[in-house]
Amino acid sequence: MPKRDLISMEDLSRADVELILDTAESFLPVLERDIKKVPTLRGRTIINLFWESSTRTSSSFDLAAKRLSADTLGLKASGSAVEKGETLKDTAITLSAYAPDIIVMRHPSAGACQTLSANTEASVINAGDGKHQHPTQCLLDLFSMRQNLGRDLTGLKVFIIGDILHSRVARSDIMGFQMLGMDVTLVAPPTLMPRGIAEAMGVTVEYDLSNLKDADVIYLLRIQKERIKAGANYLPSLREYSRLWGISQARLRPGQRVMHPGPINRGVEIASDIADDDENLIAHQVFSGLAVRMAILYRTIVGFSDGAATEEVL
Amino acid sequence: MERTWCKSLPAADVLLRGGRVVDPASGLDGVTDVLIAKGKVAGVGDGLEGGRSTRVVDASGMLVLPGFVDLHTHFRTPGREDEEDLATASAAAAAGGYVAAFGMANTDPVSDSAPLLRGLAELAKAEAVVPLGFWAAVTCGLAGDQLTEMGELGAAGAVGFSDDGKSLPTSALTRRALQYVKVSGRFIGIHAQDDSLFKGGQMHEGPVSARLGLTGIPSLCESLDVSRSLDLCAYEDSRLHVHHVSTEASLQAIARAKEAGVQVTTEVTPHHLTLNDEAVASLDPNLKMNPPLRAESDRQALVAALGSGLIDCVATDHAPHASEEKDVPFEEAPFGCIGLETAFSVLYAGLVQPGALDLSTLVTRMSTAPAGIAGLTPPAVAAGAVADLCVIDPSATWTVTPQTLQSRSFNSPWLGQELTARVRLTIAAGRVAWDDLA
Repeated sequence: MPKRDLISMEDLSRADVELILDTAESFLPVLERDIKKVPTLRGRTIINLFWESSTRTSSSFDLAAKRLSADTLGLKASGSAVEKGETLKDTAITLSAYAPDIIVMRHPSAGACQTLSANTEASVINAGDGKHQHPTQCLLDLFSMRQNLGRDLTGLKVFIIGDILHSRVARSDIMGFQMLGMDVTLVAPPTLMPRGIAEAMGVTVEYDLSNLKDADVIYLLRIQKERIKAGANYLPSLREYSRLWGISQARLRPGQRVMHPGPINRGVEIASDIADDDENLIAHQVFSGLAVRMAILYRTIVGFSDGAATEEVL
Repeated sequence: MERTWCKSLPAADVLLRGGRVVDPASGLDGVTDVLIAKGKVAGVGDGLEGGRSTRVVDASGMLVLPGFVDLHTHFRTPGREDEEDLATASAAAAAGGYVAAFGMANTDPVSDSAPLLRGLAELAKAEAVVPLGFWAAVTCGLAGDQLTEMGELGAAGAVGFSDDGKSLPTSALTRRALQYVKVSGRFIGIHAQDDSLFKGGQMHEGPVSARLGLTGIPSLCESLDVSRSLDLCAYEDSRLHVHHVSTEASLQAIARAKEAGVQVTTEVTPHHLTLNDEAVASLDPNLKMNPPLRAESDRQALVAALGSGLIDCVATDHAPHASEEKDVPFEEAPFGCIGLETAFSVLYAGLVQPGALDLSTLVTRMSTAPAGIAGLTPPAVAAGAVADLCVIDPSATWTVTPQTLQSRSFNSPWLGQELTARVRLTIAAGRVAWDDLA
């Protein structure tokens, strides 16, 4: 079986996505047991390379691998040979000597997964590369939507609001949401909206919240503080961002569900009254991260054919 | 040729029998013989016979063309001989059918003084298999500040002055350069780029960059600087050459200037003529160049402008990079790709065969037109001319690999791909510089 990478949502068909979500669902009972571990990937080796800071993605990948009984190895840029100037190609060659089955990587540069994949026999899973893609975030978002909003997501209207320009989450989510039949609208300050994205991705582009009432799901993106650095001029201030694009209860109508990939900026893109509200899906997204990443690791190793059912290994 | 140097090889005595000779200058396009004796074209016509020592080449099915001239090459010498030197660069040029190539000044140290330029000429006389020439920098150390001694550099043989790889950062500096270059009798070449719009850019700004999440380099980044520089050139009645034009908006500015009688010439690369920004989706670092691969509409405008003559010539912007520099994630890779050895192949298969450009026009844009800009005697397949020509098998296929390339670097957009049309013989300055007839 040729190795299979997950670098972009474009690497998956709709059937693949649905199989991952179904597989994740089948893992849910495992996570409710007292002994939250199955022997499915015993003897397999999974390496987590995080060249950029991460809390939920790195911890959930690590835990997902352990829940499946795989051997895991976690490396960060600080304290590794990267600090001594080793290239990614050489890191890939070095780690490949351990014959890992999967290398999960987060990296600040788009194209890093291609470099890694070209130099290892292991399957590469992208845990975020620059502003390019973050496919596992998209898959866990889809899982949270399916668990909370119904199995058929067709026709759902999603507003993605925030720094689209710098967001790998937005790019993966747009592809995944559309794949499952949802309708995507992007809202951002004009400075943070990529030129040509409506044409490139078949989305509706808006610069204010006047049509927010049409949204079924409101997906907020984190506003990085560096966007207001002097000289960057993406935003004059966080205060103005909050006033024009921030979401609080007052802006919502009943039934609208709020999502956020985290970490949130209270008082900037999201008001505390929403962050603390049980109706939002933010905590569920974190919960989904574990089951979905278990499903991704499992499918990457055993394959995407329906024949490889999960029941037999649970 | 003047302003170019190479080592002294034996003069060629070759009879090319029955090739399709395309010599746009004389209007010749037909199957006939070409006799080269003692490095000169002794005759062009049917039934020619050579002397006893003449090598006879069966050129049937092959193209016999005036040799190509590349105004824009990076020899990487001095400073980065691990990437390219004058021997390998000239070998690559020869393998691509080139009979002259001009190196940019962004070496280490920068080519900004006459002694250094003379040293490069001496090195070319010792190492180069095709005549090489050199640009000199506009500003000392390419620092964008102090003008170089253009009078002395011009006398030492600089073909022109360019800070290629960098823009001229202010209008005042561009103006002074356009004024002072007149003492040399040469001209200014510009790498048109508004640095403030370029900052952090990775690829052409448009739908593809939006989808990939790579920081865009807008078309305006080039065309604003082209327009500004053309206005300054017109005002100073000077002479300007625009390097590697890549956008439709720049072409519109150049068209207006040419209509107004401004002395401007321009060049386009083979990759901008045959590839567009969609190719970057692979995130292959060999597709990262500056200016970036542009939109399909830009590419089509470039092809049309090359056909009409609005763009004067093809130049490769051959930019060798060591594999350790390019074998990194796309966003971390340096800009640039090699091009000398693939130029004719990709343009022949990409433009001539589909009917977008006729062969005679392509030959003009690759040969006589750039020679004219450089002030060289234009290569010609005509009796009496010094033999500066190439023989190409238009139906041969070859695969681009580190082993098939003469360049020391292999950062080609076409690495691993099979190309059509292979240069079989190059005679430069009357000497056989490339021989792949086997």
